[in-house]
Amino acid sequence: MKIMTCPLNGPRNIAEFVCAGEVKAMPDPAACSDEEWAGYLFLEANPAGLIVEWWLHAPTSYWFIAKRDTVTEQIVATYTVEQFFAQARAAA
Amino acid sequence: MPFALLKHALRRPPAAEAYWPQPGELGQSYDVVIIGAGGHGLAAAYYLAREHGIKRVAVLDKGYLGGGNTGRNTTIIRANYLTPEGVAFYKESVELFRTLSAELDLNLMYSERGHLTLAHTDAAVRTARWRAEVNQHLGVDSSLVDPDEIARICPQLNLSRAVRYPILGALYHPPGAIARHDAVAWGYARAAARLGVELHPQTEVTGLVIERGRVSAVETSRGRIQAGKVLQAVAGSSSLVAGMAGLKLPIRTVPLQACVSQPLKPFLDTIIVSGSLHVYVSQSARGELVMGGSTDPYPLYATRSSLEFKEGLMGPMLELFPFLAEVKVLRQWAGMADMTPDFSPVMGLTPIENYFIDAGWGTWGFKATPVSGKRMAECVATGRQPALLEPFALERFERVELVGEKGAASVGH
Repeated sequence: MKIMTCPLNGPRNIAEFVCAGEVKAMPDPAACSDEEWAGYLFLEANPAGLIVEWWLHAPTSYWFIAKRDTVTEQIVATYTVEQFFAQARAAA
Repeated sequence: MPFALLKHALRRPPAAEAYWPQPGELGQSYDVVIIGAGGHGLAAAYYLAREHGIKRVAVLDKGYLGGGNTGRNTTIIRANYLTPEGVAFYKESVELFRTLSAELDLNLMYSERGHLTLAHTDAAVRTARWRAEVNQHLGVDSSLVDPDEIARICPQLNLSRAVRYPILGALYHPPGAIARHDAVAWGYARAAARLGVELHPQTEVTGLVIERGRVSAVETSRGRIQAGKVLQAVAGSSSLVAGMAGLKLPIRTVPLQACVSQPLKPFLDTIIVSGSLHVYVSQSARGELVMGGSTDPYPLYATRSSLEFKEGLMGPMLELFPFLAEVKVLRQWAGMADMTPDFSPVMGLTPIENYFIDAGWGTWGFKATPVSGKRMAECVATGRQPALLEPFALERFERVELVGEKGAASVGH
């Protein structure tokens, strides 16, 4: 059993979670081209290595962000949405 | 001891025939460089040489021939998809497969078994009816059958109503078949090598040289090769290789696990699939039950096997075949499936001139080996997208014209 640490519920069986894809910056739908929007919808970095993704703890409907390694299957860190975007803003 | 027998013991055994020559020095330039020596890449090399007369072709692979998903699938071949685009494409593949053993002069153990896609809900029965109508319209032998008919086709199935998901009906596809997957790669490799194609395993591509939007050379672990045209056919690593060309793909790479049981006497002729239960099973020529389920729940570049997969598979398996309870699992493995949002491949031209792609093969790649090879060869040779591949072009995503192939394996319905 693989354990993921949910920021709300603590360590839980990974079977309770749903992976919802890479965190991507959303272009402004009113201003961007159709091509940019389609890219946002469909194209994936799909890296072999570190990836930052949206995850859902299904039993509690709780959304958060996890950083994991797609080669070693290690979960490196999990963040609340607030934490993650505050860090991202600070880094920018 | 009879003398005749002793004579054999003393005689040097006849040399085994090599299927292809030992790889030699890597050349400096080729008309076409194919990245990936799996079934698709080798088939493309064969059809390039045979049908288009392009023989200065090198097929490179970082590992060995057919060592990726070609040797990791569960070998099911069928054409009973849902969309007209998908059905037309896989129908051509089934037709090519039927005569492929003769064409390649190698027994691929192509075995038509009939294929049942079980339906356990009203929605699944509706989908089965829909697929049957589309299939029949396009000339594919496929029909909706009721439980009485299922009992006739596959009497081993547990058709009891006293289970969690009783079988309400099924989509029956008599041409559904299995084949020896390694032999498909070997057959194409041997036939391509006989036509002059060079095979270079243990040759990893490390970069692509692209100047003014056109590919001109391939960097490898054994040096640089000038290339007129380049085709990537690297299921499981599609995003990584495309990344060297600066392309981003609509792909997530997810493990797909499978396993086989200990060998049993032949008892199961039909190939059994249940989309609702996430199970598929067939019995191989050597008696093993070849079993698979759905793809893993999150992306990984790994071929590890998990207990969750086996738990999720065996519950429904025992509901379908309760008498298998004592049977042991013999081997397990996984492949890396390049999943696209519409369960359809990404094939053909790319924004980079002379760079062609054969990717997005998720859980539907093996059955498409001959048609992909043939049509990608046509695409590379002519520089134009063949009509059959038009719906699968990379640019469909820009136009938001997805295929929506819910008839694919390992896809929940």
